[in-house]
Amino acid sequence: MSRLVFNDLSVWFGEGASRVDAVRHATFEVPSGASFGLVGESGSGKSTILRALMGLAPDWSGEMIVGEQRLGPKRNRAFYKQVQMVFQDPYASLHPRHSVDQVLSEVLKLHGFRDINRRVQALLDDVGLGPGFRFRYPHQLSGGQRQRVAIARALAPEPSVLLLDEPTSALDVSVQAEVLNLLNDLREEHRLTYLLVSHDLAVVAHMCQSTAVMQNGEIVEMLTVEDMRAMRARHPYTCHLLESASGYNPNAAQAL
Amino acid sequence: MTREQPLLDIENLTVSFPTRQGVFEAVRGISFTLGRERLGIVGESGSGKSMTGRAILRLIRPPGRITARRLEFSGTDLLQLDEHEMRKIRGQRISMVMQDPKFSLNPVMRIGEQIMEIYRFHTGAGKRAAHARAIEMLEAVSIRDPERVMRAWPHEMSGGMGQRIMIAMMMVTEPDILIADEPTSALDVSVQTQVLSIMDRLVHERGMGLIFISHDLNLVASFCDRVLIMYAGRIVEVCAADRLHEAQHPYTRGLLGSLPRLHEPRRHLEVLKRDPAWRETPSVSGRQ
Ligand SMILES: Nc1ncnc2c1ncn2[C@@H]1O[C@H](COP(=O)(O)OP(=O)(O)OP(=O)(O)O)[C@@H](O)[C@H]1O
Ligand SMILES: Nc1ncnc2c1ncn2[C@@H]1O[C@H](COP(=O)(O)OP(=O)(O)OP(=O)(O)O)[C@@H](O)[C@H]1O
Ligand SMILES: [Mg+2]
Ligand SMILES: [Mg+2]
Repeated sequence: MSRLVFNDLSVWFGEGASRVDAVRHATFEVPSGASFGLVGESGSGKSTILRALMGLAPDWSGEMIVGEQRLGPKRNRAFYKQVQMVFQDPYASLHPRHSVDQVLSEVLKLHGFRDINRRVQALLDDVGLGPGFRFRYPHQLSGGQRQRVAIARALAPEPSVLLLDEPTSALDVSVQAEVLNLLNDLREEHRLTYLLVSHDLAVVAHMCQSTAVMQNGEIVEMLTVEDMRAMRARHPYTCHLLESASGYNPNAAQAL
Repeated sequence: MTREQPLLDIENLTVSFPTRQGVFEAVRGISFTLGRERLGIVGESGSGKSMTGRAILRLIRPPGRITARRLEFSGTDLLQLDEHEMRKIRGQRISMVMQDPKFSLNPVMRIGEQIMEIYRFHTGAGKRAAHARAIEMLEAVSIRDPERVMRAWPHEMSGGMGQRIMIAMMMVTEPDILIADEPTSALDVSVQTQVLSIMDRLVHERGMGLIFISHDLNLVASFCDRVLIMYAGRIVEVCAADRLHEAQHPYTRGLLGSLPRLHEPRRHLEVLKRDPAWRETPSVSGRQ
């Protein structure tokens, strides 16, 4: 069982005059084995929700539940075996002086796996990186190649919950297709639960059964995938998102 | 487009890296020109898009090597300039918004100071004027609370805010050429539209040349004038952006086919089947 519950979650940074209320009163639930999307304005608090669950945002109130476990301020190793995150920024999230092999071997060892060599190979295979990449360093990889290493690292402990922050925005569309197919297959095979942030509505519709739309720290609307495909939305911001999903429209630029 | 001298004229550009397995060629002899236009570069991950952009600015770290029969910026041979002359071109005449926005910001300097520093260096303006201009710039890229962002550190910014800050800094210098590497990949559509319209204005009103590197085929098709499609360090196809959806090369067709579509759900996305012959076909010229 690895459902996720967020109940009246608020997250803030700093205090007094410089306090930033990044997330305000967010409430939603992701059933075990489901995939849930977060879309919305840049800076609206999407990454912050994921980071709060991972224990990376110290100041929060409300309730977060993984499975049957109500989360406190600290996370232990068992938590990180169950819940893994792929970060938005593949550049910052890989250690510059660790080779791909080191990155993956270390995570595997940390979580007590034995057959490291075979698993490293299998993980690279899963994310479509050939054996030639195994001993490269981050600066020898393109943006998309780094993101695939980050995904392989998250998959290494065989988690039951994956938090995916823009997992494919650094990938080209063909690798994106491979990674999305892979993520979908993995979810079905292992009954994984996904919480996925993306600004690409087509990606969210492809991956998720339901989605929360965020603006300025708040969830302004919840949509099912059917709502999305039928362009059924009530909030003006959501309508705007759905309408501009198909490319650059100079007239929309005029209207802003 | 007029027949005037192009801003950039590139012939037979290569970028190579010595590796343990021998020399790896990231860019394998490509040729193209850039006029006062919006030139898109698309292609799969690792196809050499960023290396092409960096090579123009001679930002390939040794032991990486750049060679070209011609690498001219408004008639100046960039390969002949010494490092000092090159530095005057970088950031002032030719700017690049890097794919890794937060990485390019100084982590121990507040955002406001960084923008103001560039502005003052560029215009010699005083502190107060620079402050006002920096706020204006952040507003132009739809930053909600520019005063807070001015005082913030880079790590306090969301992914999309980082990208917009980089674009704001680029606008300060008003370059002749802007190389934008995935500049909007972390932006939601409304902010993306805003940022693109800024670039659009710079091209149309100031005659800037824009190289727009992106994975987003729909975006490139709707925003750019011309598109170069790269595969394995070469250009496999060149087309007018609004004809991108009619592209012929099986690789381009494959890229188009692998897009998820909001209104056409499918269980599995199509995956590209690569043909070894694509690698060997000579590069198509993107010179005009
Ligand atoms: N460490 C921090 N200190 C202060 N403010 C922060 C910090 N991290 C995030 N914020 C602020 O919280 C708000 C929400 O940021 P968050 O990263 O969650 O946005 P996001 O929805 O993921 O945006 P994007 O789509 O651009 O990545 C922003 O205003 C950001 O500046
Ligand atoms: N220092 C290096 N040593 C060896 N190979 C390198 C080095 N830097 C880059 N490469 C390789 O050069 C190729 C082209 O890289 P480039 O960054 O231009 O790709 P890209 O088209 O921008 O990809 P992406 O869309 O993923 O950003 C990649 O296969 C990359 O692994
Ligand atoms: Mg984010
Ligand atoms: Mg790149």
